Amino acid sequence: MLTGTELEALEGDPGNFSARVRTQPRFVDLDKCTSCGECEKVCPVVLPDEFDEGLGTRKAAYKKYAQAIPGVFAIQKTDRAPCRLSCPAGLNVQGYVQMVKEGKYERALEIIMDDLPLPGVLGRICPHECEDACRRCDVDEPVSICRLKRLAADQFDPRQVKIDCMEERPEKVAIVGSGPAGLSAAYHLARQGIKSTIYEALPKAGGMLRVGIPNHRLPEAILDQEIEVITNLGVEIKTSTPLGPDLTVDDLLKDYKAVYLAVGAHKGYDLAVEGDDADGVRQGVDFLREVNLTGKTQVGKKVLIIGGGNVAIDVSRAAVRLGAQSVQIVYRRTRTEMPAWEEEIEAAEAEDVQIEYLAAPQEILVEGGKVKGMRCIRMELGEPDSSGRRRPVPVPGSEFDLEADQVVAAIGQQPDFSAFEGDKEVEYTRRGTLEADGVTYATPREGVFAGGDAHTGPWNAIGAVAAGREAAVSISRFIDGKDMADGRVPITKDDPIYRPVPTDMPKAARASMPELEPASRRATFDEVELGFEPEAGQAEADRCLNCSYCSDCMECVTVCAPGAIDHSMVEVEREIRVGAVVLSAGIEPFDPSGMEDTYHHRSNPNVMTSLEFERILSASGPTEGHLSRPSDHQVPKKIAWLQCVGSRDTNRCGNGYCSSVCCMYAVKDAMMAKEHADGELDCAIFNMDMRTFGKEYEKYLTRGEDQSGVRFVKARVHTIDEVRDTGDLRLRYFTEDGKVVDEQFDMVVLSVGLRVSDEAVALAERLGVELNENRFVKHDSLTPLSTSRPGVFACGAFNGPKDIPDSVAESSAAACIAGAGLAPARSTLTRTLELPAEIDVADDEPRVGVFVCNCGLNIGGIADVPAIVDYAKELDGVVYAEENMFSCSQDTQEKITQTIKEQKLNRVVVAACTPRTHEPLFQFTLQNAGLNPHLFEMANIRNQCTWVHSENKDLATSKSKDLVRMGVARARELESIQPISVNVDKAALVIGGGVAGMFAALGLADQGFPTTLVEKSSQLGGRALDVKRTHDGRDVQSFLTSLIERVGGHKNLTVMTDAEVLGASGYVGNFETEVKNGKGPQTISHGAVVVATGGAPTDTEEYLYGQHPAVTRWHDLEQDPQKLAKADTVTFIQCVGSRNDPRPYCSRICCSTTVAMAIDIKQNKPDTNVFVLYRDIRTFGEREALYKQARELGVIFIRYALDRKPEVVAAGDGLIVKVFDPILGAPVEIETDLLNLATAIEPNRAEDIASFYKLPLTEDRFFMEAHAKLRPVDFASDGLFMAGLAHYPKAMDESIAQAMAAASRAVTVLSKDQIQISPYVSEVDPDKCIGCGLCEEVCAFGAIHLEEVDGIKRAKNIQASCKGCGLCAASCPQEAIDMLHFRFHQIEAAVRAVV
Amino acid sequence: MDEFEPKIVAFLCNWCAYAGADLAGVSRMQYPANVRSVRVMCSGRVDPAFIVQAFRDGVDGALVAG
Repeated sequence: MLTGTELEALEGDPGNFSARVRTQPRFVDLDKCTSCGECEKVCPVVLPDEFDEGLGTRKAAYKKYAQAIPGVFAIQKTDRAPCRLSCPAGLNVQGYVQMVKEGKYERALEIIMDDLPLPGVLGRICPHECEDACRRCDVDEPVSICRLKRLAADQFDPRQVKIDCMEERPEKVAIVGSGPAGLSAAYHLARQGIKSTIYEALPKAGGMLRVGIPNHRLPEAILDQEIEVITNLGVEIKTSTPLGPDLTVDDLLKDYKAVYLAVGAHKGYDLAVEGDDADGVRQGVDFLREVNLTGKTQVGKKVLIIGGGNVAIDVSRAAVRLGAQSVQIVYRRTRTEMPAWEEEIEAAEAEDVQIEYLAAPQEILVEGGKVKGMRCIRMELGEPDSSGRRRPVPVPGSEFDLEADQVVAAIGQQPDFSAFEGDKEVEYTRRGTLEADGVTYATPREGVFAGGDAHTGPWNAIGAVAAGREAAVSISRFIDGKDMADGRVPITKDDPIYRPVPTDMPKAARASMPELEPASRRATFDEVELGFEPEAGQAEADRCLNCSYCSDCMECVTVCAPGAIDHSMVEVEREIRVGAVVLSAGIEPFDPSGMEDTYHHRSNPNVMTSLEFERILSASGPTEGHLSRPSDHQVPKKIAWLQCVGSRDTNRCGNGYCSSVCCMYAVKDAMMAKEHADGELDCAIFNMDMRTFGKEYEKYLTRGEDQSGVRFVKARVHTIDEVRDTGDLRLRYFTEDGKVVDEQFDMVVLSVGLRVSDEAVALAERLGVELNENRFVKHDSLTPLSTSRPGVFACGAFNGPKDIPDSVAESSAAACIAGAGLAPARSTLTRTLELPAEIDVADDEPRVGVFVCNCGLNIGGIADVPAIVDYAKELDGVVYAEENMFSCSQDTQEKITQTIKEQKLNRVVVAACTPRTHEPLFQFTLQNAGLNPHLFEMANIRNQCTWVHSENKDLATSKSKDLVRMGVARARELESIQPISVNVDKAALVIGGGVAGMFAALGLADQGFPTTLVEKSSQLGGRALDVKRTHDGRDVQSFLTSLIERVGGHKNLTVMTDAEVLGASGYVGNFETEVKNGKGPQTISHGAVVVATGGAPTDTEEYLYGQHPAVTRWHDLEQDPQKLAKADTVTFIQCVGSRNDPRPYCSRICCSTTVAMAIDIKQNKPDTNVFVLYRDIRTFGEREALYKQARELGVIFIRYALDRKPEVVAAGDGLIVKVFDPILGAPVEIETDLLNLATAIEPNRAEDIASFYKLPLTEDRFFMEAHAKLRPVDFASDGLFMAGLAHYPKAMDESIAQAMAAASRAVTVLSKDQIQISPYVSEVDPDKCIGCGLCEEVCAFGAIHLEEVDGIKRAKNIQASCKGCGLCAASCPQEAIDMLHFRFHQIEAAVRAVV
Repeated sequence: MDEFEPKIVAFLCNWCAYAGADLAGVSRMQYPANVRSVRVMCSGRVDPAFIVQAFRDGVDGALVAG
């Protein structure tokens, strides 16, 4: 089974296709995951749970639902989040934000420090491009990512974070410059085990972080602390040690394996205007360096700062703190273009810094060599320049003067390479930066690397950190002599896939940063931003949308004891050779959000889709089955269901078809809602027609109406109004007689229809499979499973809307038709398993071994496993007990096998999860050790103990001990049981030669199985002989002719007509049936049976049928075309004898048949008046198009009620039909020439067949399937199958599908040489049996019966038919019957060990 | 004296009730730890004698679910 897999392409021909499939990574190893759920617990990413229709939440590490197959977890992950991609250093932003959300600050720092050693520093001063990329902007404002990083560093000392370093290596590296690039390189080298020495020209380490950023933004202590993170790894920093003539790169290369040049860009650009050399003019970077190194500098009274970047702002705010009276920034563009960060500009303004926009210096005004002011010129914005910003253009004649005694230039920086003057081999770019490779950062000189601002020109700290890390990678590879560039070009994706921004995400304000009051900021360099409080920060982190779903926090990896999680998994593409393809892509519920104005589904929480409502009713749903409405969690008193939302509606949603399933589920949900409601609940289903056309469905509808009191209102609601702010809803609708009714409800459920998904449409397109106008697979009713592409078949709702039983039948049918082409290849790829010889333990004393599983923490974290082991050792018969971490793991299996041999165990108890999932695995372990697999017992101490008693460890431990004691007690009583298998007679018998019988026979014969087809009449064809055309207009008679020819000429088929089944005996694989035809009786041996005995329309005594020549039924109307052509008026009456006593079922196909005939009449002679008198029109599925067409052609449909049935009186050659028209609100009389009755369809009498094979019948005498939904063509007893009208009335396409399904199911028996039967069967002690026959009476499977031996009747079991239920054993008054593996004494032993 | 805690033996059908009890575990539903289950292949296998025996041995309740 390949999950998460798409079929990408299909090449080749039927029988020989090559399928290309693409599997998305699951990030969980299917074989290792034990489904313990620990990953889900720690996963921080909370997402809406699709399985709960978004009403609940799940994690990114999740299992779709409790019973999901495969029953293991998966991790949902898409492309890397935009925050991560936009970070120059590629920090896992989403990961650390999620950890901050959880309050796991240490873990957040671990994630940050995987790339960045300076979390508290960057958490203050990073330009946070990530926030510009944040998709939260689509909702409101970006997540305050940068400051969350600081919060982590505030809450946990980064120096305490454990940094994993590789073993130290002898090679050393010299780093020139201790700015962010140099520090980062040193840090990442140290983690690689490579020690470095940093040479710093200035007296303090930190580069621009130290000297470019004032303390009010980045306190010195924070920088010192985080530099310690690096020096703690053994990095040495030599301050006040500049390069120069006495210390050249050459010198360094003598002592070090490599040199990294990261000297930054510390030299300011001159203003280049007249007077810029005057006293009082200085560089911003120099100003800041002095302030940062000494705490003071020369500051004027009136300070002018030129520039718009962060340096200008930093200088201005520092000047304010150092006592300047007025501080003014002059910037040549507007605020919009200003490169300084908005929050910095705002802070400066709050500190009274003035900003003069659109002004540029022209001249420094000087007096006595000192600055006295500055002449500026006004600018205006012109066309955009290369940076994309609009170019400032001077406005002629707009000069003005500003007074100042100090002018600070902050218009940009450049690297200062004076230190390398002696080094001839250092190369520079034309831009005046160091020459180095863009990926490896290697300079042209071997062993010398460069990075940071010295390489890029002035950029930002995080870019420098990234450069340092990349240089470290290169240097490490250089030292190892590896290719430095290999695999390092980043892969960018043009169209990344992210979690869609939820449309209903509520807005939440970005957290505001607590700050020092502006009044307290003067004269102090205390930090202005005070940092988030933890609660505020966690709430801020919770605003993250988790764009990639999984945040890569790796918490799941940490807790996964079996090591099943692998985040490095990638998409896998593979080619699979196949002979046929079956498409069962299914459908999705119609999304009513496009009709929001009508239904208010998105805006009003009390308007739910039917699927949402089902989750509310489900015990495993978000309310655990408690019925309450979402808006206020009150129990509703009135609920309305609106039918046909997204169905039977070409105007608004475009889906003209009937979705087939909504009426039934609405009745079910309404009845269930009434059961779940605490008090009175009024349920009203608003419908056009109730379409309960499936087997036993009509009875369900009747029960809903009569017993549960569900109201069925024939009206289409046209307005839903929300009642102010109560959450209630007012429905306005017209009753059938035209009255307007307003009715208020607490909740409204939209019975949404079915729709083929866009993905399924895309799949069909890829495969070249044609779809019809409704997006369903295009097919015709005589080849219902074939698509437009040979070898590709379709089934289920993708093939047209249908319910579960019809989908299941179609799926088996698709397997049949696919299998017909593949039959020769059957069993060519199977292998046989070799097992050691079995040891006979029958006469040995029990030696029980007990293996108690911890299941990671699932059991061991709750129950005291060592105590359970100790307890087990003391139990009678136990010779060995031990605990395992995971008993099901491969290595433990081998260990248990070994232990069984060493300890000579002859009974094994595993106390772990549930036998329902793991018994076969452990039984196989026993077999590998030479023990009979039935000497095994499980004690269910996980699912039925620790998981459900996790809050009380003591009780869980004592209950586990009890369960182990019971398991051991039972194990001591267990005995070896030999497998039971029966040989299979690989031939089939099909009873009934109609379309269903013929298709079943052909399905079997085509797959190579000799098949006998028995027909009681003289002619094959059954009811299809009466039918001219199918509902989609296909000619039935010519089809039937060719079908009969194929059946007659098939080499594997024997047809017996005029044949009668006289009796039968046997069981699955081995039946003998006696059949008599003209040649006399004969016995047929076969392994499987398909019963297709058919059905027929009934006669009636109603409506003058049989008494008046103008009254016909069904296709009789079409027998005389001339008579039909002459008629001016033709009337049809529906439900004659159906949906009423004594046939309470719906005959399913009458509506479609009548409507198709009505269309024919109208098309042949449009002026004919055609009336259809009906109760509900049930043109289900795509047959709805017929109903629409008939109405368009002018066929008049009049609804009648069961208590006001039409009356028919003779009027000469014609008739008068009287009926009450509910729309007119009056009785009408129709003078009609012809009256055709849709009489009920009944099964043909087959009680004798039923008794020969012991087949159950329903109350309505149709054959009863093993499971109404999941086994629609199987009988409860093996080897017996059904198809066609004998099962229920159905259309020809449905009969064909069901017949092929029955053939397919029969092939599951016939394809085996032997059938393995569960050996847990009954055993009769003939000496105790008194032949009372009670066992035969209670057995539902015909698996035990009385046999006369020597004149005495004794019970005899038929192992092959026995299901092991034990009803016979419990019923036997003589205790003459016992059940293998569930023997009286075995169960009793467990029971006696309870106390 | 401690509050009375009954011990209940539950005969669970392998196909439905036992599977349901497993599913309650998968769903982590919490319930009192008084039940000790005995798996049978059908509730029809439960001979009244088992229940009588259980009571004679001192269980306080018996549940047959299937």
